[in-house]
Amino acid sequence: MSDAYVVGVDMIKFGRFPERTVPQIGSEAALLALDDAGLSIQDVQALYCGNLYQAGAMVGQRILQEIGQTGIPVVNTANACATGATAFREAWMAVKAGVYDLVLAVGVEQMGKGLLGGGGGGKGIPKEGLLGSGLMPAVFAEAGMEHAKKYGTSFEQFAKVSVKNHHHSTLNPKAMYQIETPLEMVMNAEMIAYPNTKLMCSVNVDGSAAAVIASESKARELGLMKRAIRVRGSALTSDPWQERDLVMPDVNTCTRQAAKTAYEMAGCGPEDIDLVELHDCFATAEILHYENLGLCGDGEAGKMIDEGQTALGGKVPVNCSGGLLSKGHPLGATGIANIYEVATHLRGEAGKRQVEGARLGLTHVIGLGSACAIHVLEAPAAA
Amino acid sequence: MSEEKAALPAVPWLKIPESGDPYLEGMQCGECGAIFLGDRNVCSKCGARDRMSPKRLSNQGSLYVYSIVHRSFPGIEVPYVSAIVDLEGGGTVKGNLVDVDPDPEKIPLGMPVEVVYADALGRKDKDGNHYLSYFFQPRQ
Repeated sequence: MSDAYVVGVDMIKFGRFPERTVPQIGSEAALLALDDAGLSIQDVQALYCGNLYQAGAMVGQRILQEIGQTGIPVVNTANACATGATAFREAWMAVKAGVYDLVLAVGVEQMGKGLLGGGGGGKGIPKEGLLGSGLMPAVFAEAGMEHAKKYGTSFEQFAKVSVKNHHHSTLNPKAMYQIETPLEMVMNAEMIAYPNTKLMCSVNVDGSAAAVIASESKARELGLMKRAIRVRGSALTSDPWQERDLVMPDVNTCTRQAAKTAYEMAGCGPEDIDLVELHDCFATAEILHYENLGLCGDGEAGKMIDEGQTALGGKVPVNCSGGLLSKGHPLGATGIANIYEVATHLRGEAGKRQVEGARLGLTHVIGLGSACAIHVLEAPAAA
Repeated sequence: MSEEKAALPAVPWLKIPESGDPYLEGMQCGECGAIFLGDRNVCSKCGARDRMSPKRLSNQGSLYVYSIVHRSFPGIEVPYVSAIVDLEGGGTVKGNLVDVDPDPEKIPLGMPVEVVYADALGRKDKDGNHYLSYFFQPRQ
């Protein structure tokens, strides 16, 4: 089976655009990605569009109404925070299966401000603050506390994740924020849900990202192999049954299973990965995923952050973009934005935050409920 | 006409018998032993059908993990401790941990707790019904 390649990829600078529509925001990234490949919408054989909050509103078709109604098939995906990565994976699969040889994946979201989650509860009375918390900062705090319980991980170690990712974002002009946040500032910020302070929660922003995926023969025919990023591995999992499932979403097992599948498909292991963009929706989550992705052994994630192994210049830099914590987290766009970040490093085009000599990178997202998507991407062959 | 209506359960798995004390009830799979909260016919662990039967859950348990919530929706009093508790004999439930200082230094993971039953913080539905809920408190 022939390989599939990312031949064009880009994202808009994340921000807040309440005056614009979701299709307008998505169209901007779609055009940027097409420009990156030197192609037009006329070349695209199918569109895969990821958007969560307007999942019933045909966002993909409305993007085509903005940039070119060519009559191609459109698939709209919704998969919580894995929405964008799911659209990307469906696009990749269609090319891999030989159904199309050039497709476009777009992820887009327009977020409100404020707390996510905690809305459920069905009939009767509201349950938030009565039966614990369903709010995301608390849910991920509890997931972090599970790590603290097992391995003694401290509030300070969780906070260091935010210090690192905010530092990285100062080197990324497309991040929502470019602000240094020293450790005391992170730890003394407003406590939202212990141990997550406000600076340890991802930023609700609007944004979009897009990728053009081509078969190898198409990429060669178009002369695009020089900057083409090979998709070496792609995995999507749902959450297998766990004892505490009903009250405590398990973000670990589905990540571990997806990582195993993706590494096997890619024919590599975590030791071969040069950089990672992972789902740091809260600072507590990043710590868990070092171990879930095999970047270190179980119980070693605290040491990893203490020693700066995941900072730029470290053994395996994580979230060089600034991550969801500082670049921002427009749910449907996130999965493709992290593919943009890794691809940019693999092309050697990441400027001040470039991971030198990066050959293999990994992207990871988790949508609660749950869905985990992982992609392993490879640098273009040396010319 | 002013007769006080009986409290309704805050969640379907809180049972209020006509006589006797309220309790939590799980559904247990007769095939693999997995415990669930709320009615179901198929086990999502092993896939067995029509093997579910009710199981009265213990009021004794231990604190698995928690978070101290300082920012919530408007109108919800903070801070509160959102706790996940493993019950003796099986079943895991989530709720508010009460009668503790909302200070991580003073809430040890793994501490023994018990399930207690009380009015649902005065919350009523649109028909004016009041509700009985459950809480966790440290066990002596």
